[in-house]
Amino acid sequence: MAATVGRICGVGLLKPNNLTTIGQISSYSTAKEWTRGKKALLGTLGIVAGGAGAVLVALDQSVKASDLELHPPKNIWSHSGIFSSLDHASVRRGFEVYKQVCAACHSLRFVAYRNLVGVTHTEAEAKAEAEEQMIEDGPNDEGNMFKRPGKLSDYFPSPYPNEEAARAANNGSYPPDLSYITAARHGAEDYIFALLTGYCDPPAGVVLREGQYYNPYFPGGAISMAQALYNETIEYNDGTPASASQLAKDVSTFLKWTAEPEHDDRKKMLIKVLGIFSFLLGITWYIKKVKFASLKSRKIEFRPKK
Amino acid sequence: MGFSSTVYNAIFKRTSTMALAVIVSAFAFERTFDLVTDSIFEKVNEGKLWKHIKDKYETEE
Repeated sequence: MAATVGRICGVGLLKPNNLTTIGQISSYSTAKEWTRGKKALLGTLGIVAGGAGAVLVALDQSVKASDLELHPPKNIWSHSGIFSSLDHASVRRGFEVYKQVCAACHSLRFVAYRNLVGVTHTEAEAKAEAEEQMIEDGPNDEGNMFKRPGKLSDYFPSPYPNEEAARAANNGSYPPDLSYITAARHGAEDYIFALLTGYCDPPAGVVLREGQYYNPYFPGGAISMAQALYNETIEYNDGTPASASQLAKDVSTFLKWTAEPEHDDRKKMLIKVLGIFSFLLGITWYIKKVKFASLKSRKIEFRPKK
Repeated sequence: MGFSSTVYNAIFKRTSTMALAVIVSAFAFERTFDLVTDSIFEKVNEGKLWKHIKDKYETEE
């Protein structure tokens, strides 16, 4: 590298030049021959253009109304702590809510029944859940698609065959797939909870079209999903009182799990990482001390020959 | 002969026994470390994991 640079620059690099040629960038200026008047004109033009731009930006910012949404409040979830796992009883209840309420419009395409095993359901229960659903399979010997009861390996069936069908059935709005919804929305599970429990009457001046509802947490406020969760909308199998906020909390926890199925393993791994790395840090500190002990305590003497 | 020289002569002197010692101690360390960290995790999340609630749903087969 050094040899290449030396060959390109020649001996010029080695000559002392007191920074006169390198340091003087003004020798490359093209404005040297300009008259005083031209310089003043161009300078004034630059200041005026810059000032006008700044005024326009300031005016634009002062009337920005695009951020008219309510940000969801941060809730203290049982999985909020750095070592805290998901509450699996809540995830299981959330699955009940999804199955009985959300699944009417929202798909959950990336979750399979086998994923429930050992998380919310036993293998026998997950098989029973799968068998309740008729899954389209095929083609058979005659080239026709057919329906069969679900198996553990099947993914959750979608309520609509495609997006166009979903839009046609929902007033033009597409109910998003919920598999990764907490990862895909600002505020994650806080947003889901706030959205599900935040329906209210539109404030004065807000006009909603037919089939729209008002929800301050939804960007824009006009949402095509009606309020779905009320007290006692469903009945929990484990006897938990099914208040609207309990339903919303459980389904938010469930959706947190579908978006981050590795959540618990990740937090368990954090404990292991902290353990191993504090051990390694101790060893590193000790070895540094050992190696530097002789370097720091040595003495170098120069003894000229007599 | 002290403890350290006994250990040295018995294990660390020969490559074969040294390698064996490394493998065995790595296995033992990994097992105990995993057990300890898993038990910490389960202690922190007592009652929340599937492990703690599954007996409610499992039927005898």
